[in-house]
Amino acid sequence: MIETRGLRKSFRTGRRRKSTTVEAVSGLDLTVGEGEIFGFLGPNGAGKTTTLRMLATLLPPDGGEAVVAGADLRTAQAAVRRNIGYVAQGGGTWDQVTAREELVMQARMHGVGRAEAQTRAAAALDAFDLTAYADRHCRTYSGGQRRRVDIALGVVHRPKVLFLDEPTSGLDPQSRAHMWDEIRRLRTEGMTVFLTTHYLDEADALCDRIAIIDGGGIVAEGTPAELKRGIAGEVVTVEVAEHAAKAVEVLAQQDCVRSAELREEGDLRLSVDAGETAMPRIMRALAEVGVELTTIELHRPTLDDVFLTRTGRSLRES
Amino acid sequence: MKTLRDTWLVFQRHMLLLTRSPLSILLGVAQPVVYLALFAPLLKPALSSMGADSMTDAYRIYVPGMLVALALGGGLYVGFGLLAELASGVIERARVTPVSRAALLLGRALRDVVVLVVQAAIIIVLAMPLGLFVHVQDLLLAYALLALITLSSSAVSYGIALKVSDPNALGQVVNNIAQPLMLLSGTLLPLALAPLWLRRVSDWNPFSRAVVGMRALFAGHTGDASVWQSIALLAAVAVLALAWSARLFARSVR
Repeated sequence: MIETRGLRKSFRTGRRRKSTTVEAVSGLDLTVGEGEIFGFLGPNGAGKTTTLRMLATLLPPDGGEAVVAGADLRTAQAAVRRNIGYVAQGGGTWDQVTAREELVMQARMHGVGRAEAQTRAAAALDAFDLTAYADRHCRTYSGGQRRRVDIALGVVHRPKVLFLDEPTSGLDPQSRAHMWDEIRRLRTEGMTVFLTTHYLDEADALCDRIAIIDGGGIVAEGTPAELKRGIAGEVVTVEVAEHAAKAVEVLAQQDCVRSAELREEGDLRLSVDAGETAMPRIMRALAEVGVELTTIELHRPTLDDVFLTRTGRSLRES
Repeated sequence: MKTLRDTWLVFQRHMLLLTRSPLSILLGVAQPVVYLALFAPLLKPALSSMGADSMTDAYRIYVPGMLVALALGGGLYVGFGLLAELASGVIERARVTPVSRAALLLGRALRDVVVLVVQAAIIIVLAMPLGLFVHVQDLLLAYALLALITLSSSAVSYGIALKVSDPNALGQVVNNIAQPLMLLSGTLLPLALAPLWLRRVSDWNPFSRAVVGMRALFAGHTGDASVWQSIALLAAVAVLALAWSARLFARSVR
């Protein structure tokens, strides 16, 4: 549904003489299949929104190629626009217009006739649980309702591909869960959803496939499970009361332990292949040399560990 | 065809918004009304150079000029609304649809014409008890002229807004354009008082021609050459301004 090759965009900042060029997106290769929820995970400023805006025809790329919903992004923008929906991070509704009026207008802007636009608006209101507030002005909506209006506006013309920029940013946990359900429902209707997020749990729970983007380029791509499996197994942390140096030495020699490092006084971080089987062996090995262990914990890798492995820093920090 | 349909669509949306906040029309007309009441009486001696012997004459000369100033000044400030719409994301939403780019401009400019027509009607009605008088056919021609002025000034304002994309800068640019155009059009003070060089410069200002045409219409001189000349001139200006601005709308894919 979406295929890009070497997509690039840079911005000039500063005054003419002192201007510097910032590479926002540098040579992006992406393939998104039909009916997929594809997540673009990365810290702020990684190039997520820039990529999305390029794919949605809002920003001309500096170089590279892209085919979106079967149409060439550079030569057939009108055809791309017919087949996509785009929901910006901040949405975009007029305060003094109702959700129904906005939906009718949006469908009409996509070339739908008057009567048909009314029907589609009603259907979209129904699908997004908005009928009860449909005839109230947009400025009276709560954050969650407003976001649902935004997304309803993005799909009222039944696009093949829907672009969502940070769809749940700033929503409370309940509205977020609700929004995830809405997005999954769109997938069951056959829509391809391309979303950006900086929430690890969102990428993990909602997306079929994700690409981790940092500094304008993709650092990892795959299903969340693949990505997590791809990093060095699982992590076991062990805390010992004393003889930490000796413990590291002993544990590093165990077959089941890939690497062992002493992080702080008495706090060991072991990377292992399979945590469940490694834990009893670790405990036994320490008992044999007489090192007393106070706690032992198994950590399944998260997408943040994937990010950490690929970029050397945590997504939470950046 | 598509552009016409889309223009109508955008226009309808903006008319809907207008009916939701009708106060904005009245606020726009507040300043001219104040001028009508407090400034025009000062002008009688000044306008005597143009043959005004009474207050009634003064209003017949002053009000047409003020209407031109209203169309010119009001139109030049519509860019602020566009910047607010750009910031709110509603324009971006429209740009992802196949809606005609020219329609995004034309629909808004037509809304501006409607606002001006309502405001001008308020001023004319208020000025009637003061002695303003106009025939219906002259009034219709006057409206045509005012509509052309508004189309020009609002198109230019939208174009500048797209270019500068910053409300502060827009204010500066618009002021720097509006002031000389106003002063050189003889809307506030008649150019008859001006030294020769100033009159020569103002001859190049299309809005100065429009003021002459408007005054002829309100004096009942429908057949005066200045009437059709100013309408033809302003039609050309409006076409140029709209073309420039529509090109910017189409190109700035933001």
